[in-house]
Amino acid sequence: MSLQLSDVSVTRGKARIIDALSLPPLPPGSMTALIGPNGAGKSTLIHAIAGLLPASGELLLDGQPLPALPRDERCRRVGLLPQTLPQAAGLTVYELLLGGLRTLGIAHGEAETRIEDVLQRLRLTPLALRPLATLSGGQRQMIALAQLLARQPRLLLLDEPSSALDLHWQLAMVEAIRSEVQQRQSIALLALHDINLALRSCERVIVLANGRCAADGEPLTVLSPDLLAGVYGIRGQIEQCSLGRPVFVLDKLI
Amino acid sequence: MAAVNSVQPLAVQYRRQNRWRLVLLVLLVLALGMSLATDLATGSASYPLSEVLAGFADPASLDAGMRVILFDVRLPYALMALAVGGALGLGGAQLQTVLNNPLASPFTLGVAAAATLGASLTIVFEHHLPALPHNALVPAGAFLCALGVTGLILLLSRWHGGGSDTLVLFGIALLFALEALVWLLQFLADANALEQIVFWSMGNLGRATLTHVALVATVLAVCFVLAMRRAWALTLLRGGAAHAASLGIRVERLSWQVLVEVSLLTAVALAFVGTIGFVGLVGPHIARLLVGEQHRYFLPASVLCGALMLSLASIASKSIIPGLLIPIGIVTALVGVPVLITLILTRRSAS
Repeated sequence: MSLQLSDVSVTRGKARIIDALSLPPLPPGSMTALIGPNGAGKSTLIHAIAGLLPASGELLLDGQPLPALPRDERCRRVGLLPQTLPQAAGLTVYELLLGGLRTLGIAHGEAETRIEDVLQRLRLTPLALRPLATLSGGQRQMIALAQLLARQPRLLLLDEPSSALDLHWQLAMVEAIRSEVQQRQSIALLALHDINLALRSCERVIVLANGRCAADGEPLTVLSPDLLAGVYGIRGQIEQCSLGRPVFVLDKLI
Repeated sequence: MAAVNSVQPLAVQYRRQNRWRLVLLVLLVLALGMSLATDLATGSASYPLSEVLAGFADPASLDAGMRVILFDVRLPYALMALAVGGALGLGGAQLQTVLNNPLASPFTLGVAAAATLGASLTIVFEHHLPALPHNALVPAGAFLCALGVTGLILLLSRWHGGGSDTLVLFGIALLFALEALVWLLQFLADANALEQIVFWSMGNLGRATLTHVALVATVLAVCFVLAMRRAWALTLLRGGAAHAASLGIRVERLSWQVLVEVSLLTAVALAFVGTIGFVGLVGPHIARLLVGEQHRYFLPASVLCGALMLSLASIASKSIIPGLLIPIGIVTALVGVPVLITLILTRRSAS
């Protein structure tokens, strides 16, 4: 019962973006951070798992090969939060959420209950009937998260979910995902740039570089100064702060 | 992002919003009925509205002359305004959504210019063509040319593998070539043909017969049903292509379906009436202001707004200079341009 990737390759045009990637299984109830420099293949991998890019190799969710699932079934089990924010349209938040759930084949009444519930959980209820065009970028990103949580997928894929969020909402976002993952025993994989957010929220980190896995494991052991130097070309290290939390301190470019 | 402040469950508020939209749709239908009746009553011989309505309730009560004018002359004309306006509104609404461009209209793909070229070709070379009646030949030429050119644009951009931006660029590029060809034909045409080409390209409902109306209305009805079946998918597309794709919507396939359908719809509509600008652009914008962007309401509202606009334009085309029928394309452009500029200005101040 997990997400298993073995020998996964993804090509775009002639370039091989993900190159024979194999990972130990991602277990239920876990949050894993996917980090790596720009162009490492984080988004490509996430899109391939979601079925939006063709991939070769083995992608198993709970023992079932993902590519064999019908498209709508795959969409129900695997939820993707794309990197781009929902666009500032005249559509209201409620319509966006309802439309998403209806498209996935969820009954009207059930969809209404889920929307009410998720907006309350994320404290976004006051925005429900407002057009997306009247919301800030951060608010739209939270709405995208609400959509993802309302879908209740088995596997949550989040591509840079905090890119438009302030500090308060960054924390609210990871805590909402944490409680969802624990409650429903689902699996979350988050592509992140912010190493501190990864340290704070995920019990495991996968470091991607040039389409291959450069390191994988518990964040405190994986994110060594040598690895960070090799992957990002920076000097930095993780230290214990006065609150007792590990924090990443960026020193300088190499 | 304030604290929870839920007065009542959201579903209730959402349904209330939808009921209001439904009321607006009904009001639009009523306005359309009024406009149709007024259109029938207006003309070189104008009748009181009450007489027109009574005549429809009981045609036998009318004297023969009035019956001919109402049913044979004005009815096809007035109904054609509704059908063509509705078709342009529906086409514009869907194109604005799939091209994600508020300035898209059924003419973006060069359909109108192609239809004009087709009509011009048939007018100039009529003597060399099969002996069909003029009334059927010109629409057929316009339709075939419009469909051929849009098909070409679609194939080119599909072959190139580009997105909607490429498509719009191809459309614009081809527009110039098409216009140049029309000018060439005008240059070569004799005085009679020249007059016909110019008149055709101004847009005119006067050539309509009830058969034409039935044809346009049938295609509109089919396209409307197809459009409503994808209403949720189109609604989600307003949230952005990446977002829609993450919900399992095949964005590219959806776009192609819409493009092909809108080309067909527009080609049919324009074949009988010539170039009628701005309805397909402005109609959907007015619909959006009224009912928002949920396409289950936005699409019908666009049809109704397009139809209403063209019906009102039809009344205006008869009333501006009493006794003279101004080509309706001139009226819609003259009214449409200020409306469009106002919309753009309010959009800017809103953002």
